[in-house]
Amino acid sequence: METLFFLIISLVALIAAILVVTCKNPINSALALIMTFFCLATYYVMLDAPFMAAVQVMVYAGAIMVLMVFTIMLLNIRVDATKKHSHKLIVASIIGFFTVINLIVVIVKSRAALPTGPFSGDMIKKIGHTELVGREIFTNFLLPFEVTSILLLVAIIGAVILAKKKI
Amino acid sequence: MGIEILGLPLMYYIAMVAKVLVAFVFVLLTVAYATYAERKIIGHMQVRLGPMRTGWHGLLQPIADGVKLFFKEEIVPSQASTFAFLVAPLIALIPAFITFAVIPFGGVIEVAGYKIPLQIAAYYDTAAGQVFDVNVGVLYILAMSSLGVYGIVLAGWASNSKYSLMGGLRASAQMISYELAAGLSIIAVFMLSGTLSLTKIVELQSGFGGFEWYLFKQPLAAFMFFICSLAEINRTPFDLPEAETELVSGFCTEYSSMKYAMFFMAEYANMVTVCALTVTLFLGGWNGPMAVAIPLLGPVYFVAKVYFLMFVCMWIRATLPRYRYDQLMHLGWKVFIPVALVNIIVTGIIGYLI
Repeated sequence: METLFFLIISLVALIAAILVVTCKNPINSALALIMTFFCLATYYVMLDAPFMAAVQVMVYAGAIMVLMVFTIMLLNIRVDATKKHSHKLIVASIIGFFTVINLIVVIVKSRAALPTGPFSGDMIKKIGHTELVGREIFTNFLLPFEVTSILLLVAIIGAVILAKKKI
Repeated sequence: MGIEILGLPLMYYIAMVAKVLVAFVFVLLTVAYATYAERKIIGHMQVRLGPMRTGWHGLLQPIADGVKLFFKEEIVPSQASTFAFLVAPLIALIPAFITFAVIPFGGVIEVAGYKIPLQIAAYYDTAAGQVFDVNVGVLYILAMSSLGVYGIVLAGWASNSKYSLMGGLRASAQMISYELAAGLSIIAVFMLSGTLSLTKIVELQSGFGGFEWYLFKQPLAAFMFFICSLAEINRTPFDLPEAETELVSGFCTEYSSMKYAMFFMAEYANMVTVCALTVTLFLGGWNGPMAVAIPLLGPVYFVAKVYFLMFVCMWIRATLPRYRYDQLMHLGWKVFIPVALVNIIVTGIIGYLI
């Protein structure tokens, strides 16, 4: 059941990912990217991480992509079908090829394949993924969490100052 | 027991399909008759009769409307970007309907020895003796409602018309702002409940004949959440995206036929979802007198509460004039978000003291 579901979702994810780079219209690319994010969220659910899935949809598909779509709409980019970018294609395919090899090696050889550590699937099901993530963030990882929030605050203030000439 | 398919009993599949069908058909019918109810209720509030011609007191009006819209000509503007134009109504409609998957509309019923919880995305574990549902139910709803904005933005942009674009931009600004306020206002509820699972939230509100409802513990949060939700789904008094007097019909100006109907269905389906979510979070869900003893009463109470809130929505529409755009933004960012944050802090302090 899960394997079948995984295959269907993977098919959709791959088609959407290919559409992201092949679509002529940037808005359609953005839509395909949202679809890919959605499929990623489904993977998180299958990996017993429903909180990650919800956050993935809310933050990436819901917030960041809305901004991207807005930017594309307001910039009003013309569809450029005639230009060819062949040199970039070669560089990109070489990088892509090595990335795929790297990923395969990492997945097959490393410890990523074996689930170790205290957080097993059964434990997540029993306690709840949100509870576990929350507890870890606010106890063991409190300092990084606070530092990240300050970083975000600084970024927001910077954006406001850049955008507004007169404050 | 019985036949098993891929490791799960046959009853599991039958129950799932039945629940999806029942809930979906029910929401569709409610959406269809919500349009009729809205016209009737507003009509009577304004000392008119509302639709009277089709059927007894206009009861067949939604069907007549549906048939009419179905046979209208489909127009795609020549300068529109076709793909986005065609896909936008679907993007608006689908999130509106699939949010219903996590809302519990009744307790556990037993059919032929197999226990079925009345919530689509849930199953009864006989070994553990309890209901397991999506334990991030509320986050799922917030995530889906944040996807609904794409339908409107795309519709506005793809139509290639000034009115549509203005409507789309207004709608998205409004939905994003009020999404934040709505999300912040219900955090106070989760601080009390300690869980995001909607089944457990309903269970926690079951005692003392209704006095355990979160409406009484978090009146401010309930009030803010309902108003923010109205703004998020673009209902009056926050229906700026389709303000007829300014923008013709807002983002759906260029749409006709079934695609226009889809936007309307999305709007009413969103209304049903928002009312159902408010009922679940604040009004005790399917709880009511004798609901645990007679499981079939649960859905009745749930539907009654949802219909009451929908009536309130229509009442508001008949009563209040539309907000101005700057008032709307002021209300969202400078009133609701700070008040929601203060509410969270106060809840935290009281929770710490008790």
